[in-house]
Amino acid sequence: MRYIPSSNTDRQEMLAAIGVDSIEQLFSGIPERLRLRRLLDIPRALSEPELLEYFRSRAARNASDFVSFAGAGVYRHHIPIIIDALVSRSEFFTAYTPYQAEISQGTLQAIFEFQTYITQLTGMDVSNASLYDGSTAVAEAVLMAQRVTGKKRFLIAKTVHPEYRAVIQTYVKNLGIEVELIDYTEDGRLDLAKLNSAIRNDVAAVVVQSPNFFGSIENTNDVAAIAQKHEALSIVNVCEAVSLGILKPPAADIVCGEGQALGVPESFGGPHVGFLATRERYLRQMPGRLIGMGKDFSGRRAFVMTLTTREQHIRREKATSNICTNQSLCALMATIYLSTVGPKGLREICEHNILKTDYAVNQIKSRTRHRVLFPAPRFNEFVVEFVGDYRLREKRLIQNKVVPGVPLGRFYPELGNALLVCITETARKEHIDALVRGLE
Amino acid sequence: MNNGHTRVATHITINERLVFEEGSAGRRGFNLPELDVPTKDVSSLIDSALLRDTIPGMPELSEVDVIRHFTRLSTWNYHIDLGLYPLGSCTMKYNPRINEKMARLEGFALAHPFMPAELIQGALEVQKTLEACLAEISGMDAVSLQPAAGAHGELTALLMIRAYHDSKGRPRKKVLIPDSAHGTNPASVTISGYTVENIPSNKRGTVDLEHLRKVVDQDVAAIMITNPNTLGVFESEIAEIAEVMHSHGALVYMDGANLNAMMGITRPGDFGIDVLHINLHKTFTTPHGGGGPGSGPIAMKKILEPFVPYPVVSKKPDGTYAFDYDRPQSIGKVKAYSGQFGMHVRALCYILANGPEGLKEVSEVAVLNANYIRARLKEAYALPYDAPSLHEVVFSDRNQARKEVRVGDIGKRLMDYGFHPPTVSFPLIVPGAIMIEPTETESKQEIDAFIEAMLAIAREAEENPDLVKGAPHSTRISRIDEAAAARRPVLRWKPE
Repeated sequence: MRYIPSSNTDRQEMLAAIGVDSIEQLFSGIPERLRLRRLLDIPRALSEPELLEYFRSRAARNASDFVSFAGAGVYRHHIPIIIDALVSRSEFFTAYTPYQAEISQGTLQAIFEFQTYITQLTGMDVSNASLYDGSTAVAEAVLMAQRVTGKKRFLIAKTVHPEYRAVIQTYVKNLGIEVELIDYTEDGRLDLAKLNSAIRNDVAAVVVQSPNFFGSIENTNDVAAIAQKHEALSIVNVCEAVSLGILKPPAADIVCGEGQALGVPESFGGPHVGFLATRERYLRQMPGRLIGMGKDFSGRRAFVMTLTTREQHIRREKATSNICTNQSLCALMATIYLSTVGPKGLREICEHNILKTDYAVNQIKSRTRHRVLFPAPRFNEFVVEFVGDYRLREKRLIQNKVVPGVPLGRFYPELGNALLVCITETARKEHIDALVRGLE
Repeated sequence: MNNGHTRVATHITINERLVFEEGSAGRRGFNLPELDVPTKDVSSLIDSALLRDTIPGMPELSEVDVIRHFTRLSTWNYHIDLGLYPLGSCTMKYNPRINEKMARLEGFALAHPFMPAELIQGALEVQKTLEACLAEISGMDAVSLQPAAGAHGELTALLMIRAYHDSKGRPRKKVLIPDSAHGTNPASVTISGYTVENIPSNKRGTVDLEHLRKVVDQDVAAIMITNPNTLGVFESEIAEIAEVMHSHGALVYMDGANLNAMMGITRPGDFGIDVLHINLHKTFTTPHGGGGPGSGPIAMKKILEPFVPYPVVSKKPDGTYAFDYDRPQSIGKVKAYSGQFGMHVRALCYILANGPEGLKEVSEVAVLNANYIRARLKEAYALPYDAPSLHEVVFSDRNQARKEVRVGDIGKRLMDYGFHPPTVSFPLIVPGAIMIEPTETESKQEIDAFIEAMLAIAREAEENPDLVKGAPHSTRISRIDEAAAARRPVLRWKPE
């Protein structure tokens, strides 16, 4: 096998040093009746050319040459070429978790930079080293708010990504935590009146998303004020992290979300990169790894994993989370992305998203019979409700290699004939025009 | 023999400040195409109260600046392409380059999880095929690829175990965990709403079957067992342990961190395990990435299948694939979409590159290498348990501690010899544990060099203990004052 260096001669010498005749003898600790005495029934070994053919043919059955307006938490932005060049350096991608700081300063400094970027974008004091993804980040934020407040009731906007809400439900269901959904208004945002009537002082936190699942920008100031009045925390989830380049940092106690939009490929839903940032005073209740700046014993600046007494390998069942990793390499992608586009580039990208989305909305309004729902300000997504059966149009568009968006019916039965459309800076005007023609 | 060859030489690395301390106003690393739709003032669309003016502290850099910055940082890392990485329980093996190339094929890298099924057939087939391979390797009936990492797989499995007991009328109360277990095990139990009961190991370092018989009752939901355990020892009474658990209606969860020892040799499903997690980033060569992304699929017996997270990839009679969301007994979702797909492509690529003979050879050579290290180091380093080792061997620092040289010092000194330290101070049942897992992807020369370094350090510990206690001496920084860093944590850069 080409990934195993040792030759038969090497193996014989090693067996002799051990004092056994065969490798088989090394497995004598496994009772014979538990041994597998046949070969595994998996496909035969493929050579490198065969592997290339196998995977290329499967990849070709996915639609990569389509124009896609699918967003809904996973966004297609331009990914600067240098990101892949840098993360393909084996110094980064084949290293382990940086437990041994003296020979892991590259990873450690890069994550420290990620943490800093996240605080700059979110306006929070501290960020962790990343979490699996946005959905688990918001679930961790909920558990964290329960630890901070000691309360067990959560109010969650219905406009939070439905799959994220599902993950929250899975995480909390055995912990006596109660989750109540707060509806949205006709303008596409959290219904503040309903929030006001549902909230009491037993609420641990209010969870909203901005831009929300419909693409509308929530007024997090109002939400935070209501939460604060009832001694509840405010958690703001951000699925579209690029938006933080132009939108004010959310008013919140915890800002968490998904960093995929910052230079990480869609990759069919993962790996992406979750983040969680908060105020200094909640630091010790944070889940996940933290990288700190310190000094070595010669006084040189150095980075190291810190505050590990919150974590599972020390605290075991009393840890703040069971997480034992972060998404280092994806966090590195986001760090390189932000370093490359810079504050001005990021703002321009945001402006293109907003203006192209506005153009698409206006074109659909003026040239088709369909309704664009929810007039609240948007970043790069909007909802179209169809006159007539949506599925017939989708079929026709797909034949023309256009994926018009993500149908909402599976998540919101009341929006059974509606579509969530995403327009990023990568959508050229002729793509948008083709979409509009297909909807006419 | 070595013609004066030594493993290490000093080498220039370049210092680099934080990215926030680099660059200057007006530099650019990125340009957009010209805007091709009518331009407007953004504040005419979004209330300016919702807009920010600046992002204080964010640097402005050219493309060259960015390349230099991160390239310089990268040279400060040890990594598997540089040399042996003997972290026990972590399975640091070579990451085949073809895996990387295949995961980056546009059809995979640009696939969107909410595309209509007819446009994602390739991705679904990859997932279904990987599931089938993992089921066969582990001897299980079904697989979920959704969990994002090993600890996430543990949590998922515990939630399913709970759902299973619930369906029988009562969730039960506690989960048994041997004292040699990974810290994630008890932490996952807490989130699943169970309490932890620790059970002691016996003199061999394995689960004490007699003790187990006494503590299992109708309140026990499951045991979480690692096999081979964290000492690298096969739980030879595993079938009996499973029998005891099953006779009380309890289930057996296996931490699959150490699967690299047993592919094609023995299968969890054949020795009584009901559900296990598999670390694709250990056994199946998806890269560790400096701490993630990992991937932690779980494999299970039929009794647990109804509770698996949705959606499930199903193959229809016409041969096409689709996501099945209609899973009424499912525990729900543990992650958005369907898992760390990029890792699924890499793992399948590795399995197909090996085939049945190759995977068996992987485990055989991994075990051979560990036993070779054991044989050659057991005079110099104490072996706290003499049960036969599989893919890893656990020594202790007992001999060196006489001169006050501890396991951490030995690990740091290895850096001066050009090696990453082994796992230190784990498992907790061995004071001063030195846990070494070479994996199968190391040559005899590389392993011999490691052994020579370990032997040299053992001599140094006798003759010049301060040399070892002050190590490392040749890295770009020396040991860090971790206590000071934790006392006043600095977790972000701030402008002066």
